[in-house]
Amino acid sequence: MIAFVVRRLLQSILVLLAVGFIAFSLFTYVGDPINNMVGQDTTLEQRTALRERLGLNDPFIVQYGRFLAKAAQGDFGISYRHRRPVAELIAERVPATLELSLVAAVLALGLGVPLGVYTGLKRRGFLSQVFLTLSLVGISLPTFLIGILLILVFGVLSQDINAALGFSLVPQLPTFGRGDTVQLGWWSTGFLTESGLLALILPSITLALFQLTLIMRLVRAEMLEVLRTDYIKFARARGLSNRAINFGHALKNTLVPVITITGLQLGSIIAFALITEQVFQWPGMGLLFIQAISEVDIPVMAAYLMLVGFFFVVINLVVDLLYFVVDPRLRADKAVAAGQP
Amino acid sequence: MALDQSGRQAGTAAATGMTARFADSLRRFFDGDIWYSFTHSPVAMISALVTVVFVGAALFAPLVAPYNPFDLSTVDLLDSELPPVWQDGGDPRFLLGTDAQGRDILSTMIYGARISLGVGFASVALAMVLGVALGLLSGYLGGIVDAVIMRIADVQLTFPAILIALLIDGLSRSVLPRDLHAQIWFYVLVLAIGLSFWVQYARTVRGSVLVERGKEYVQAARVIGIPPLLIMLRHVLPNVMGPVLVIATINLAIAIITEATLSFLGIGVPLTSPSLGTLVRVGNDFLFSGSWWITIFPGAALAVLVLAVNLLGDWLRDALNPKLRG
Amino acid sequence: MTPVSGNRPLLQVEDLRVEIRGRRGTLVAVDGISFEIGEGEVLGVVGESGAGKSLTGAAVIGLLEPPCRIAGGAIRFAGDRIDDLPYEKLRRIRGRHIGMVFQDPLTSLNPLYTVGRQLTETILTHGDLSEKAARRRAIELLQEVGIPAAERRIDQYPHEFSGGMRQRVVIALALCANPRLIVADEPTTALDVSIQAQIIGLLKRLCREHGAAVMLITHDMGVIAETADRVAVMYAGRIVEVGPVAEVVRRPRHPYTVGLMGSIPLVGHDVERLTQIEGAMPRLDAIPPGCAFNPRCPHAFVRCRQERPLLEPVELTEAACWLYGEGERQRG
Repeated sequence: MIAFVVRRLLQSILVLLAVGFIAFSLFTYVGDPINNMVGQDTTLEQRTALRERLGLNDPFIVQYGRFLAKAAQGDFGISYRHRRPVAELIAERVPATLELSLVAAVLALGLGVPLGVYTGLKRRGFLSQVFLTLSLVGISLPTFLIGILLILVFGVLSQDINAALGFSLVPQLPTFGRGDTVQLGWWSTGFLTESGLLALILPSITLALFQLTLIMRLVRAEMLEVLRTDYIKFARARGLSNRAINFGHALKNTLVPVITITGLQLGSIIAFALITEQVFQWPGMGLLFIQAISEVDIPVMAAYLMLVGFFFVVINLVVDLLYFVVDPRLRADKAVAAGQP
Repeated sequence: MALDQSGRQAGTAAATGMTARFADSLRRFFDGDIWYSFTHSPVAMISALVTVVFVGAALFAPLVAPYNPFDLSTVDLLDSELPPVWQDGGDPRFLLGTDAQGRDILSTMIYGARISLGVGFASVALAMVLGVALGLLSGYLGGIVDAVIMRIADVQLTFPAILIALLIDGLSRSVLPRDLHAQIWFYVLVLAIGLSFWVQYARTVRGSVLVERGKEYVQAARVIGIPPLLIMLRHVLPNVMGPVLVIATINLAIAIITEATLSFLGIGVPLTSPSLGTLVRVGNDFLFSGSWWITIFPGAALAVLVLAVNLLGDWLRDALNPKLRG
Repeated sequence: MTPVSGNRPLLQVEDLRVEIRGRRGTLVAVDGISFEIGEGEVLGVVGESGAGKSLTGAAVIGLLEPPCRIAGGAIRFAGDRIDDLPYEKLRRIRGRHIGMVFQDPLTSLNPLYTVGRQLTETILTHGDLSEKAARRRAIELLQEVGIPAAERRIDQYPHEFSGGMRQRVVIALALCANPRLIVADEPTTALDVSIQAQIIGLLKRLCREHGAAVMLITHDMGVIAETADRVAVMYAGRIVEVGPVAEVVRRPRHPYTVGLMGSIPLVGHDVERLTQIEGAMPRLDAIPPGCAFNPRCPHAFVRCRQERPLLEPVELTEAACWLYGEGERQRG
C-alpha cells in the first residue's frame, strides 16, 4: 500500500514538473521578456545589463530551477500587461472561480448522482425517459450556448415573457459580473451578500448542466452494468430484498468507479469555468487567462497553467487514493501474493 | 497477342471477383443485425438524416446557400439587422434575418457549418489515426514503448481535453508569426483538437490488442513467420473497429463543441472564415439590443447538429453492444 | 414416474415452456418439458450448451429475466404453484426454500463486501436471529463447507480466497436458510479438475445432511454418474431421456444418449474410437419438425420427421423416441 502511495506521489510530482517545464518554455521561447518589460528608449547596453542582472543568460536548467523555486513560493513574476505581481492578480481572481466551481460541483454531483441512480433503477419509467431525453439535450448543448440561452430567458426576455403570461413566472436574474462581495482576508466572497448569491445562480447552472448530464448518464450506465452482474443475480437467488440489492449491493458497486469519474469531472469544472466566465464576464482566473492569451501576457499564462496543473494533479491523486480506500481488491495484493489457499 | 488477351481476361476476372466479393459483403451488411436495428430505430434514422443534411449543406455550400456572405458585392449595409422573415420588418430575401453587416444569416450559417464540420471531421480523423496507431504499437510491442505511451496518456488524461486544445491553439497564435498563422490556422486547430482526444482510442485499441495477442491464432501466425504488423492489421483491427466507431461518433460531437467553444472564446477559427461558434460569439453582442436571431439561429444549428451526432452515437453503441443484443 | 425415494415429489415441472423474445421474433428455448424431483433426491440435468438446461434451472427458481419468460406449463413446489406468483412471494421462496449455486464463484460474490457480511445478510433476511447469532451461524456454515480458520476468514474479501474456496463459500451461502431444493448450475465447470471432485463431493454430502434435493445442471456426464440418483438428458429444449443414473449410463435408450455415452472414454474400457455424433444441435430458430434429433439420428424413419415423440416408459427409464414404447409396437 505504501508502495502505491509513493508511486502515485512520484507520478504527481513528475506531472507537475512537466507542466512547469511547459510553462517555463513559454517564457523562454515566446517573445522576449526584456522587450516586454522596458520601454522603447532603453538602450541596447541597458537591455544587455538588465538581461545579465535578471539571470537570463544562465543555462536553461538553472533558469528552470529558479522558475520552479519561485513558483513554489508563489512568485510568478510581474504581469506584462497589468504591471502588477501575478500572484496578486491571481489572488484577486481565484476566489471568484473557486466559488463558482464549488457551487457548480455541488449542483452537478448533488443532482447528477441521484438522477443517475434513479434512471438506472427505473429503466423504463416515464420519468426516467424524460430525464434521459433532457440529458441528451444537455450534453449536446455547448456550455456557452447554455449560458447565452439562460441570459436570453432570464435577462433579456424575462420581462416580456412575464408580460405575455400576465404574471411573474420568470425572475430577472443578473447576467453580468459577481455582484457585491465581502472581503475576508485576501479572499473575496460572494456568498455573504444577496446580490452576490443572485449573481451566482445563472453562471453556476450554466457550468453545472453539462457536467450534471454527463455524471447522470455515467452513473446510469454503470448502474445498469452492475445490475446485470452475476453477484446481483446470486443475491436475488438468495432472496434478498429489493432494497438490499439495489441500495446495498448495486449502489455501492456503482459508486466505486463513479468516484474516479466524478473526481475528473470536478477538474473539468474548473476548466469549463473559463467559458462560463467569458459568457457572464465573471471576474475569475479563467477570464484572466483568456485575456492573457490574446495579450501574450506570458507570466499570467504560465501562472495559470501551473495553478491549474496543480489542482488537477491534486484532484487525481485524491481520487486514486480514494479508490484505493474504497475497493478492497486493490489493497490486498500482498495477501494474494502470499498464496493463501 | 494471346498473352495480351489472357492478361486482360485475368484482369477482368480479378475485377469481377472483387466486385462480386464487394457486392456480397454489401448484401451481408444489409441482411445483418446492424442494418436491421437501424431501420427499426426512428431516432437513428432521423439523426442520420439530419447529419447527412448538414454534411451535404456544408459540402455543397456554394450551391445551397442563397448568398455568398464573403462576396462583398452581395452585402449591403442598408440590409443590416433585419429580423427573420416571419417577424415585422422581415424581408423574404433573407429568411432568417441579417447580421450587423447585412449578411444573410442562413448563408453564414451554412458556410459556418462547413467550417465546423470540416474541423470536426478532420480532428476526429487525426485523433482516430493517431490513437489507433499508438494503441496498436503499445499493445503489440509492449515493454518500453507501451510504458512510455501509456505514461504520456495518463499524464494527458489528468487534464480536460478542452484545456489542452485551448493551450495548443492559443499558444500557437502567440508563438507563430501572424501571416503564417493566418495560412495554417486550420491545421493548427485540427491538431489542437485531435491531439486532445487520441487517448481514448489508444486505450481501447491497446486493450483489444492485449486480448487478441494472447490468443492462439496470433501465436500460430507468429510461429509461421507472418510479420506482426500484418497480424495486427488483418486480425485485431476488424475486431476493434466497432468500439472505435462508437468513440469516433462521441468524439465528433465533442470535437464540434470544442471548436465552437474555442471560436466563441475568440481563439478558434479566424473571423475571416467564421464557424458556427464564431457566429454565436459575434451575435452575442446584439443579444441585449434585441437582434436575437444573429446568435440564436447559429446556436440552434450547432445544438441540432451535435444532438443528431450524439443520438447516432448512442444508437451505434447500443447496436454494437453484444450484451444488449436480442 | 415416481422418483426413487417414493415420496411425494418436492418439485413438479409440468409441460414447461420458455420463450425468448428476439429482435426478429420469438424463439422457444424450452419446449414443453416435464420432470419431478423427490425430497432429498439428486436429479442430474445433462445436455450440450444451448440445450435449455440453465434456462430450466432459472425458471424453477424464478430468475428468468427478459427477454426470456415462462410461456406455458406449471412449476409446483411442495404441491403449490410457484411459477405464477407475484415477485414478493417468489422472493420469499428464493433462498429460503429453493437455493441456487452458479457456475463462476468469482463473479457470484460481491467483491466489495466481506464474505461474512454476505453470509450474515442472507441469514438475517430469512430468519429472526440477532447480529451476533447470525455471525456465529455464518462461522458454523463456513466450517461446514470446509473453510479452515473460519473465524478469521469470515472477515476476508472474496478475492482473498482461491477458486475452490470461493465455491465453498457460495455453497454455504446457498445453504444458509436450509432450503429443501438446491439448483446447481454447472457448479464445478469453472474450477480446476482437481478441485471439482472435492466440491461435488461436498455438495452431495451437505445436501444429504441437510436433507436438500439437488437439481444438478451440467454438461459433464462424469459428474452426473458420480453424484446423481436420476438423470434427465436434454436436447434442443426437450427431455429425450430420464431415468436412474445406473440404467441410463449402462443401457441408454435414446440414440442421442447412446451417442453421448459412447463419446465418453471410460477407464478400463479399451475402445478403438470414441463415438461422434454427426452434425450439431440445431439452433433455436432452426429446430426440425418432429423429433429434434432426427437429422442426426442413425435410426430415423418417416414418423420421426413428422411427429414429435413424447416421453414413454421403457423398462426402468423413460425415453422420447419412436423406437420405443408405442412407436415400437407400431413398427412391429
